[in-house]
Amino acid sequence: MCAALLGVVLVLKKYSLIGHSLADIGFASTSFALAFGISPLIISTPIIILCSFLIMYLSQNKKIQGDVAIGIFSTGSLAIGVLISSLSFGFNVDVYNYMFGSVLAVDYSDLVMSIFLFIIVFSLFFIFYNRLFLVVSDEDFAKSIGINVVFYHFLISFLAALTIVIGMRMMGTLLISSLIIFPVVIARKCSNSFKTLTILSVIVSFVCFLLGMIASFLLNIPIGASVVIINILTLLLVSIFKNI
Amino acid sequence: MILEAKNISVTYKVGHRKNDILKDINFTIEKGEYLCIIGSNGSGKSSLMKALLGLVPCSCGEVSFKLSKNEISYLPQKNTILSDFPATVYEIVLSGSQKKGIILPFYKKENQKKALYALKLVDMLEIKKYNFGELSIGQQQRVLLARALVKEPKLIFLDEPCAALDEATSNRFYNILENLNKKQKTTVIMVSHDSSQVEKYATHVLHLDKKILFYGKINRWLVFNKSVKCIH
Repeated sequence: MCAALLGVVLVLKKYSLIGHSLADIGFASTSFALAFGISPLIISTPIIILCSFLIMYLSQNKKIQGDVAIGIFSTGSLAIGVLISSLSFGFNVDVYNYMFGSVLAVDYSDLVMSIFLFIIVFSLFFIFYNRLFLVVSDEDFAKSIGINVVFYHFLISFLAALTIVIGMRMMGTLLISSLIIFPVVIARKCSNSFKTLTILSVIVSFVCFLLGMIASFLLNIPIGASVVIINILTLLLVSIFKNI
Repeated sequence: MILEAKNISVTYKVGHRKNDILKDINFTIEKGEYLCIIGSNGSGKSSLMKALLGLVPCSCGEVSFKLSKNEISYLPQKNTILSDFPATVYEIVLSGSQKKGIILPFYKKENQKKALYALKLVDMLEIKKYNFGELSIGQQQRVLLARALVKEPKLIFLDEPCAALDEATSNRFYNILENLNKKQKTTVIMVSHDSSQVEKYATHVLHLDKKILFYGKINRWLVFNKSVKCIH
């Protein structure tokens, strides 16, 4: 659900792949944490937030384009992650779980932390909803009336970082960005206002996630993959329905 | 005086070369003036406007306002809103009422009333629930004007507002502006191509070609313009 909220902003601002790159960074920091036997969430959260700021800063600078910055970070951190895990103990079940996601891997402390982060993301998004709308829809106008656009860019990347941290464990680092992109694309097909788009994305993402989870239990498949497949099916259905 | 530009220069870097876009621009604007910035393509009109608004950094010089940013509004040249942005006309107009500051950015009843009034002013009230992306360019431009007017600014910047409009619509557009300028003493700064409109509405003219060629009242401009034409 968080992912869907953020997705609205990220997709419209053309930053949707930032999620992917942050998840790769999450992978690197997770394998680092596992190698030293520390709880991955505690290490990953600050690292991902820091890197999200760095990516935002680089893409602000205009010397490096946003997508290039994202490319550099995601492949770079993936390489570091692979390096760390192969040097320490090779690919074991834990790392595999982090890459492709697993519900069973979520323990009580992860759950508490996730709920806490979810509340932060949700309330920040709610408070700044109108501002985010303005910054996303027309940056120049926002700047001209004296709004600190840079602050909101960093707020967006901060929220994106938190979202990735929450979703990483379940969806897996390789598939988390789908949670950000799919619900928005689906919701966009059937809404003409920003408000309905936001609400609809949250609903779509929630329903798809629930269906994916049920499917993953029934068929004994990884949850990340089943959620993505459900999302794709929904997208296809909606597109076909719209065209009739 | 509400705005003063002192020695503004703007330089863009293209590779290793520096391109001077504007050089030593000096002028002041009083309350209630209607200033048209004119000049050929590439003369730096839009850059001047962006420099005044702080969207483009000045390489030297400074711009000082005697009013707060909350009393300034801006209508961009190309609509920078992605043309397929999923928002309704009403949402976009309402977003114009946001102000700078740390107050929580929620809309009040009063803002909603003003948004509806602004929509009425540009004759778009019936289509307030439409998707912005589905409108024609002229309609989009009118929506953006409503967005610029919704906070009842004291100073409004317009960057070629009528470039994409037909004659009837742009006349309407100019009439709305004239009303604001005359009745509410809203100061207007506009980049324009259309010389007949400049002569009809402007009180001051700034003719630009990287530096100021002419700056002054409209009646002096008409004399100046005639004498230039005579020489040619």
